[in-house]
Amino acid sequence: MTEHKPPNLPDDEVSTPDSVSRRGFVKQVGGISATSMLGTAALMTNTDEAEANSEWAEWFQGSYRLMSDEEKDEACARLERRYSEEYDKKVSVDSTPAQEGVLFGYALNIQKCIGCRRCAKACVKENNQSRGDQEIEWIRVLKMEKGDFDASKMADGYPDSYGIQVGGNAYSASGVVLEGEHYYEPEKVPEEDAFYMPMQCMQCEKPPCVKVCPVRTTYREPDGVVVVDYNWCIGCRMCIGACPYWARRFNWGEPKLPKGEMNPDTHYYGNRPRMKGVVEKCTFCMQRTRKGRYPACVEVCPVGARKFGNLLDPDSEIRRVLATKKVFRLKAELNTYPKFFYYMD
Amino acid sequence: MKKSMSFVADYCVYVVKGGPKFYSWLGFLFLFVLGWAYGNFMQLTQGMIVTGLTDQVSWGLYLANFVFLVGVAAGAVTVVFPAYVYKHKALHEVAVLGEMLAIAAVVMCMLFVINHMGRPDRLWHMIPFIGIYNWPGSMLTWDVIVLCGYLVLNLVGGFYYLYKKYTNEPLNKSFYLPVIYIAIVWALSIHTVTAFLINTMPARPMWHHGMMPIRFITTAFAAGPALIIVVFTIIRNNTKLWIKDEAIDMLSQIVVWCLGIALFLTMSEVVTELYHPTEHSLGLQYLMFGHNGLNALVPWFWFSIVALIGSFILLLIPAIRKDHKKLPYICVVIFAGIWVEKGMGLLIPGSIPTPIGEFTQYSPTLIEIFNCLGNWAIGFIVLTILLKGAIGILLGEVKYASE
Repeated sequence: MTEHKPPNLPDDEVSTPDSVSRRGFVKQVGGISATSMLGTAALMTNTDEAEANSEWAEWFQGSYRLMSDEEKDEACARLERRYSEEYDKKVSVDSTPAQEGVLFGYALNIQKCIGCRRCAKACVKENNQSRGDQEIEWIRVLKMEKGDFDASKMADGYPDSYGIQVGGNAYSASGVVLEGEHYYEPEKVPEEDAFYMPMQCMQCEKPPCVKVCPVRTTYREPDGVVVVDYNWCIGCRMCIGACPYWARRFNWGEPKLPKGEMNPDTHYYGNRPRMKGVVEKCTFCMQRTRKGRYPACVEVCPVGARKFGNLLDPDSEIRRVLATKKVFRLKAELNTYPKFFYYMD
Repeated sequence: MKKSMSFVADYCVYVVKGGPKFYSWLGFLFLFVLGWAYGNFMQLTQGMIVTGLTDQVSWGLYLANFVFLVGVAAGAVTVVFPAYVYKHKALHEVAVLGEMLAIAAVVMCMLFVINHMGRPDRLWHMIPFIGIYNWPGSMLTWDVIVLCGYLVLNLVGGFYYLYKKYTNEPLNKSFYLPVIYIAIVWALSIHTVTAFLINTMPARPMWHHGMMPIRFITTAFAAGPALIIVVFTIIRNNTKLWIKDEAIDMLSQIVVWCLGIALFLTMSEVVTELYHPTEHSLGLQYLMFGHNGLNALVPWFWFSIVALIGSFILLLIPAIRKDHKKLPYICVVIFAGIWVEKGMGLLIPGSIPTPIGEFTQYSPTLIEIFNCLGNWAIGFIVLTILLKGAIGILLGEVKYASE
């Protein structure tokens, strides 16, 4: 199973609603206040007026994209104050805009991937996703069985009693998945007779999720990254329906992010802590990449299967991959034009 | 001004007064509102986690009921259309009741949409000028326009008619008729756009086909009048308003025709998808036969098929169709069958498997069911009150008393 809590973290630092500490209580009430007048009233009469004011200011905040630079700074500063208090550490919320002449692209070598899922775990740590029983992973690694073409399995899928062909997979292991299995729990990787295909947001050039959003809370930034303004999202989940890559996740409850594990270097569009009822997804680690660093998944990959760079720079590694390798994109027939490429040597 | 004030006063006094039957019916509905209050409190404080929805199946019972009720709202036009376009006398007398049904159905739609939203507190983000309205790009914004427009048209058309009846003045035809004709076309648009809402997403192959809008409309025009027949029967049995046999016979004919077309379209889809099943038909296969033991929806699908085909065959027999004792029961079955067809038969399997091929079962939680029942109960309370007011005015029990 997935790691729920780091072993060195004491229980009371995990700010779940069950936490008995005063801070835990305040946070819980604070969570309610956004949606319930009752909760807000309770909070106002409670001690933490500053936090309540900040929540109200956040609630009245307009769409981030339409803000002036000063308003953006103010919004980020407000968030910094709230997060710093909530997580008991200095949290920075960066507002670095897209850089000129940059279009981010990603390439993944499916020949090299060993399915260790270090990328998925590193992503959760870096991007402050919810943990525990409400775990959110932006990267899912699909295990593809070579067995579909395995001689020993060739005769499967033709039930004798019917005598008619009902499809090749009829008798394959009870179907959690169709082609790839992303809940695999191997003793060690890579497993024999399997290859792996990690998936995450494809940062489409023609993103179906953006078109369906009724409030334009999700959009393509000039550097090609599709972002979500978590404070503007109304939680209608049209984008989840429209995404052909199952890249988007929803905060069904208040996210569970232990204080000790919270990554304090955040970006407004990127890994800042989310609230319940909003959608989130991979942003190519905006907080890192807009400052010239690699995404966490690229950095952590032990086999170098992940390549990232500026598609507009002819000398970049990503351009070299596109020029010299056998490259394909997923579901190309849908005309979404992903900037996430798969390749083989 | 005085007239309209007295209309409001008389109307309000009339609709809250009733016999024991009226109050016990409202009281019964109110019980569900209590569950609804609890469910909504839980959902607002804890988040959508109290529902059975997941990242895999992120649209569930709320949206299923929404889609179905848009159909019911549109279906109200089956009363108005024959009344004003074909000058059907019996329906013309009670056309306003159809408009009242449309209002109640749209109210329910709105309640369901708000339940579906993760952040209902941010609904204002959608309001043009103070928020951002992604129109014409987002299909959802089209749906909001057509639904709100339909609500306004029915409120205006319905209450203008009632007001004129109340004051015993002639209708201003050059105002009233355009409202009615626009509302008729608009009714088609609400269910068409709702179909577009889900069939414009290539990520969901089960929905991604051009038959969707017409299938929506035919099922709506079966479910809508089916409900109206039941409501008319209840009105005939419980109030002094006698809705003529011809009105009900006209509606039952519409039901049988539309149901027939809907079944034909279902059959066309099944044959097209399953003759040579591709990955794109996995949703339909899952719905009809399950997938490796995951078969939560299978009984629902077959119930719906049996209910609808059975009712269709029965209604084809004139003796049964014109038997106004049996007809309402068949209509209840049709209504339930189409509710299942829209919800468990269309909206939920559209998410199964996920775009990356994962089969996840969805079952609603008790809180979801409380909220759904509550929304229906509120809708029926609204409907009861609207119908009571309208019937009172049609009967002349509420009228303007000039001094």
